[in-house]
Amino acid sequence: MTARPAHGLNWTSIRAIYKFEMARTLRTLGQSILSPVITTVLYFVVFGGAIGGRIESVEGIAYGSFIVPGLVMLTLLQQAINNAAFGIYFPKFIGTIYELLSAPINFLEIVIGYVGAAATKALGVAVIILVTATFFVELTVMHPVAMLAFLVLTALSFSLLGFILGIWARNFEQLTLVPLLVVTPLVFLGGAFYSIDMLPEGWARITYFNPVLYLISGFRWSFFGVADVAPWISLIAVAGFLAACMGVVWWIFRTGWRIKP
Amino acid sequence: MADIIEIRGLEKTYDDGFEALKGVDLTIREGEILALLGPNGAGKTTLISAVCGLVTPTGGQVTVGGHDILSDYRAARSLIGLVPQEITIEPFEKVIDTVRFSRGLFGRPRDEVHIERVLRALSLWEKRNNRNTELSGGMKRRILIAKALAHEPKVLFLDEPTAGVDVTLRREMWELVRRLREEGVTIILTTHYIEEAEQMADRIGVIDKGRLLLVEETARLMHKLGRKELVVEIAEPLATVPPALAAHGVTLSDDGCRLIYTFDATAERTGMTRLMADIAEAGLHLRDLSTRQSSLEEVFLRLVDEGAGAMDAAQ
Ligand SMILES: Nc1ncnc2c1ncn2[C@@H]1O[C@H](COP(=O)(O)OP(=O)(O)OP(=O)(O)O)[C@@H](O)[C@H]1O
Ligand SMILES: [Mg+2]
Repeated sequence: MTARPAHGLNWTSIRAIYKFEMARTLRTLGQSILSPVITTVLYFVVFGGAIGGRIESVEGIAYGSFIVPGLVMLTLLQQAINNAAFGIYFPKFIGTIYELLSAPINFLEIVIGYVGAAATKALGVAVIILVTATFFVELTVMHPVAMLAFLVLTALSFSLLGFILGIWARNFEQLTLVPLLVVTPLVFLGGAFYSIDMLPEGWARITYFNPVLYLISGFRWSFFGVADVAPWISLIAVAGFLAACMGVVWWIFRTGWRIKP
Repeated sequence: MADIIEIRGLEKTYDDGFEALKGVDLTIREGEILALLGPNGAGKTTLISAVCGLVTPTGGQVTVGGHDILSDYRAARSLIGLVPQEITIEPFEKVIDTVRFSRGLFGRPRDEVHIERVLRALSLWEKRNNRNTELSGGMKRRILIAKALAHEPKVLFLDEPTAGVDVTLRREMWELVRRLREEGVTIILTTHYIEEAEQMADRIGVIDKGRLLLVEETARLMHKLGRKELVVEIAEPLATVPPALAAHGVTLSDDGCRLIYTFDATAERTGMTRLMADIAEAGLHLRDLSTRQSSLEEVFLRLVDEGAGAMDAAQ
């Protein structure tokens, strides 16, 4: 009846979802790029210029350069979570999710389509931020492959987190509250703008429970070769987080939690 | 005709404990138009949703084209197109992209010729480059139909396709449904318009309170359950029914000008001869005589009443 193989992924369906999501992004291209760029420029002006002028350097790196990886991570996390959360929440909210549920596709295909599109957009914005940063500070990347790996893994895992958030959320408040109440503090306390060596002993120990610390630390290492934690621990942490999110998403589709009565 | 959908003992109990489907058995034949009739909350949408994968059944088994909807959902769902009851549509997308998306989502390769044919058939071709929000309610419903047809399904579920659609458009839609049937598509529709079921369907299924009360060929159903009415117009209005006629169960219209006699058209004896004799005996002068078949609406209401009665009796 159908030409599709019984096993393996259905890439036609995945491409359809991905293209549809990317089209949604491109329709609002201006605002999706403008706002993060402006925010980042503000951060540079305030932290890099005003405050950075009074801080000599952190671990031998000029403060302006030091905060770049943290800033990129901050934007990447916010973008990934928001894009993915909104991407799946919207069809649920307006009801078009009926079509996804009635289509001959499995959970992995839906996830690849939505999360892939959200991660692509987040990566795009992150690259733009990086480029913007070069206008303000001097940047060298010591480990470009590692940098790319951290970017991609982070974009994917936090898009997955956003996907889960979008399925969990019952209203717009919940959708916006979690990134605001959970993610932004985690990034700020995860050493986006300082090295955790600069913290008092007790604080520093608590900070090690913050998963975002591992991201920022590993990412910063790929630029400057210095890190709060060993880069391979960072990599394992990110990969572990990705796996955990995959597990949750798999369970959601198995049980139809909050998407199927 | 071969069977395309087999539903066996289908049950759905929602999370709040409500039993929306209480063991539905239904066989749908390939190429037929089946109308599902039932009052609000009967379980029509739930039944469709369970077959299409929107709702997880809590019991029973369903196969589409021989493929189990749970274990072999890819093959089963590839055969199905669904037009939901509520208009749900991506607002900012262009009409044609929305329809293209549906085809891709169902894993079918690009086919602009088919997309154009579907859009033309639904009179949407002129609007193809408009955003979905820029279309009227009736047009949006047609977009949903176009989306459902985009992947060339063998079975089409239409959940109240003509709700909120004007008379002209409704006729066009009936026309489209007939054309699809000629192409071999099996169509299952739900409707509140009895007239629609009567005109369109090869068979009619009646659902109430989560149970399928009956499935019958439309003509047979009408024949089997259709009562006929004899209306006798008399020259002088009457105040009451004469006792000799009342014995036949004759009733009087409000203006007193018409006597109404209900009989079973399929019975051996309709009692009409005796009635006419008694009317002559009572000295009434006739102006006109007519008979009419009771509509499906009346049939339906009676069925639902009887169904409820039988259920009460069983308890
Ligand atoms: N998600 C849900 N949770 C709990 N109960 C539900 C849910 N969806 C439907 N029901 C209940 O199941 C019953 C059947 O609903 P359904 O939508 O199948 O009716 P219907 O026959 O399509 O009615 P209508 O003609 O109004 O569209 C109703 O009593 C409804 O309240
Ligand atoms: Mg309904």
